Amino acid sequence: MNRVVISGVGMHPFGRFEGVSTTDMGVLAVRAALREAGVTKGGFQAAFCGTAYGGVATGHKVLSRLGMTGMPIVDVEAGCASGGAALMLAAGAIRAGQYDTVLVFGTEKMPRGIIRSSFFEPWQEEAGLAATPAFFGLRAHRLTMTSGVTKDHLAAVVVKNRRHGAANPDAMYQKEITADDVLASRVVCEPLHLFMLCSPNEGAAAVVLTRHDGSSGASAAPITLAGATLRSHLPGAVLSESTPLSGLTDDSVPSPSTLAARAAFEEAGLGPADLDVVECQDTDAARELLSYEELGLCEPGGSGALLDSGATALGGSLPVNPSGGLLSKGEPLGASALGQVVELVRQVRGDCGVRQVDGARVALSHTVGRGANAGVVILTR
Amino acid sequence: MVRAGLFTDGTSPALLGSRCAACGAHHFPRHDTCPYCAAEDPVPVELSDHGVLWAWTAVTSPPPGSLGPTPYGMGVVELPEGIRVITRLTESDPGALSAGQPMQLQIVTLERDKEGDDVITFAFAPVAGS
Repeated sequence: MNRVVISGVGMHPFGRFEGVSTTDMGVLAVRAALREAGVTKGGFQAAFCGTAYGGVATGHKVLSRLGMTGMPIVDVEAGCASGGAALMLAAGAIRAGQYDTVLVFGTEKMPRGIIRSSFFEPWQEEAGLAATPAFFGLRAHRLTMTSGVTKDHLAAVVVKNRRHGAANPDAMYQKEITADDVLASRVVCEPLHLFMLCSPNEGAAAVVLTRHDGSSGASAAPITLAGATLRSHLPGAVLSESTPLSGLTDDSVPSPSTLAARAAFEEAGLGPADLDVVECQDTDAARELLSYEELGLCEPGGSGALLDSGATALGGSLPVNPSGGLLSKGEPLGASALGQVVELVRQVRGDCGVRQVDGARVALSHTVGRGANAGVVILTR
Repeated sequence: MVRAGLFTDGTSPALLGSRCAACGAHHFPRHDTCPYCAAEDPVPVELSDHGVLWAWTAVTSPPPGSLGPTPYGMGVVELPEGIRVITRLTESDPGALSAGQPMQLQIVTLERDKEGDDVITFAFAPVAGS
């Protein structure tokens, strides 16, 4: 099977950018990734573009502006995991021998405030059952019962990620915050306060994937895309990201994140113990803790204790969200997963300055959201 | 009614669900294919009008498109059929609720529409004295 390497990455910062279009941001990120990869017009045979709110032919608009069309350009929507889905499709095509080089990018401008999704039926909105933060609150509430998670834990996740994000020039919030600040912000849906929720926002990220020819003894060690998987939900879990109206009283149904992680570890021939650094879905503070358990970073019920140990902060044994996570960067759905991959490529290259994870060689990216869709990407150097 | 076919109102209201003849699982709302085993034509049933509280929160500002006052309670109630249902709660103070507490189905009015009709939906209320 062909080995897939990451030959270039690029990013438009995540934030709010008045007067800058979805296309403008995509152009900037793609240009940077192509330049880093040394790829010019005609140098890639397909492009996959992750976007959820970009509209028809988002990818075509970006590549038209760059004068690089003619190859297949496919927009991919998989909610928060759109970029991970695009990466999986691109990697699969290279492994199968269909293409040598594929451009993968994501670009997004989210509406402000609570995300209004076409996913729900109108009656669910009317009845108040389409309140996205309420589902986050319910999941957080269950974690307080199953994992001994307290509001102090939730605040500590925000403090950690905002401290990491303070050193990331691509983050929306680059200012540290205290636990008191977090707990003094208004309650959105118990037990979640406003500062425990990430902001939907704008941004773009791009990655160039290439078939490894084995001969490039030239520069630095290549970064291998060791696993890229996407999974949807199994029925039965009432608080699944698929947001059903009912589920079973059976707690053994694996989540889409667990399914995707298992598949990615198998594909890479690695396990949680091999990881040096993780970027995971922290749409809200509890979501990061739940991800620890679903990805196998700790035993079920052990997320609060793992956070308390300091392992997941920079300087710990397995830093999580050294970029600052979505809590610092904000979340542009289609660009979110690739933004994580850009961070992790920079981490394994050793390019991250004060937020560098020492000696990082094996990295995992995790996104999950509406659908349900969960994407896990593993890269190694 | 926010949508026909979800619940009945009147003196003894019920949620309208279905039961899979092949695997025995219950569903809400009614499905034409069992989500668990993919068998077709589950049997329509009325679900129990009571259960116990499994998770809860409150929505403190109105989400897009919602009717009725805020804050309002939202939670998950476990029914005797072995299913958990997402529902509005009549109690909007999370501090007033506790895990495993008995809950009773209630039909509630969200608001009166332009034609003067009440827009109603289902909710669960704490059982008095429990």
